[in-house]
Amino acid sequence: MKRFLPFLIIGAVALLTVGTAAVMYWVKTRPTPAPQAGTAVAATPVEAPENPSLHVRGPRNAPVTLEIYGDFQCPSCALASQAIDELQKEYKDKLKVIFHEFPLEMHQHAAAAALAAEAATVQGKFWEMHDILYQYQSVWSNATNVNYLFESYAESIGLDVARFRADRESADVRARVLEDGKGGEARGVKNTPTIFINGTELRTSFSKEKMRETIDAALASGNKP
Amino acid sequence: MITSKENRFPASNSPPTRSRSSTVYWIAAGIALLGLADATFLTVAHLTGDDAVCGSFAGCSTVLGSAYATIKGIPTAAFGALAYFAVFSAAVLAAFRYTRARGFLLTVVAAMFVASLYFLYLQAFVLHAFCPFCLFSAAMTFLLAGLLIAVPTAR
Repeated sequence: MKRFLPFLIIGAVALLTVGTAAVMYWVKTRPTPAPQAGTAVAATPVEAPENPSLHVRGPRNAPVTLEIYGDFQCPSCALASQAIDELQKEYKDKLKVIFHEFPLEMHQHAAAAALAAEAATVQGKFWEMHDILYQYQSVWSNATNVNYLFESYAESIGLDVARFRADRESADVRARVLEDGKGGEARGVKNTPTIFINGTELRTSFSKEKMRETIDAALASGNKP
Repeated sequence: MITSKENRFPASNSPPTRSRSSTVYWIAAGIALLGLADATFLTVAHLTGDDAVCGSFAGCSTVLGSAYATIKGIPTAAFGALAYFAVFSAAVLAAFRYTRARGFLLTVVAAMFVASLYFLYLQAFVLHAFCPFCLFSAAMTFLLAGLLIAVPTAR
């Protein structure tokens, strides 16, 4: 018996590790419980495309809708955003992208960045600010005075900086960020990036290949958003 | 001809030395288990896209979301988990006086030591950000290396 003891110990640890990892994986990826009554956003996979406050890039009638809940200070979101941009060039009029604000508390400047993006929206330049925030993420993420940097970005994309500064502080802009966050929570979003393709949450990987595979499957099935 | 029994119980090992040596290997196995738990947790967090594992640690998600967090699409932490499991297995076998396991253990720990130095370099000088889970893993590897180097019976 003693001869087999080390192998029994090793086998037990292997099983315990794989089992624990499998349970952890299952807990983190199991489908979110059905939303409570009244949370209409959760019941529909994609918010009404007619909603003018949505940040939409691409044709409104595109057969595939990719929604991303993003945090501008999250490095994984920056990578996903880059992949999405490339996919949008690839799929052209077949893909539309909707961005939802989901700033995480753990990121020091995420909320300020979300407010900056929404303040740019007031002047019709959300996507320009979105792109520049991700482009210079590593710069402003470690800065002490982010607002100064955000104003320089606002100027570089042609915004009225005085208005941008005022809008960033406005209750409407703050409410817009909170609304997106609540909408995400109602849909079971916990982390960023969380990506939905035609209402189906993309799990396990946010790589361009995985997204392409899911988009192709959505196109092949003709599953309209 | 060497029988399996002779291989497991070399005549050169006196009983007191074997006993102390076994303790060292059991400690090494315990440290490897801590490293295995850490690396497994990071692997699952990576596969599920869980960015919240970083909590309030600034820079943590910079490391875990960087290009160095995967190797050919496989989470780097998964390689760490495999390495720690290999160390655990070798340490347990060595504790049971499988002498061949000792050489394997030293080789794997040496490779992990070099890899940990490289990952520390990446965090300090390339990413300018640190991840507490990665630092914990490096600490476990350094402890293993220190233990195997400092205790002569383990070599």
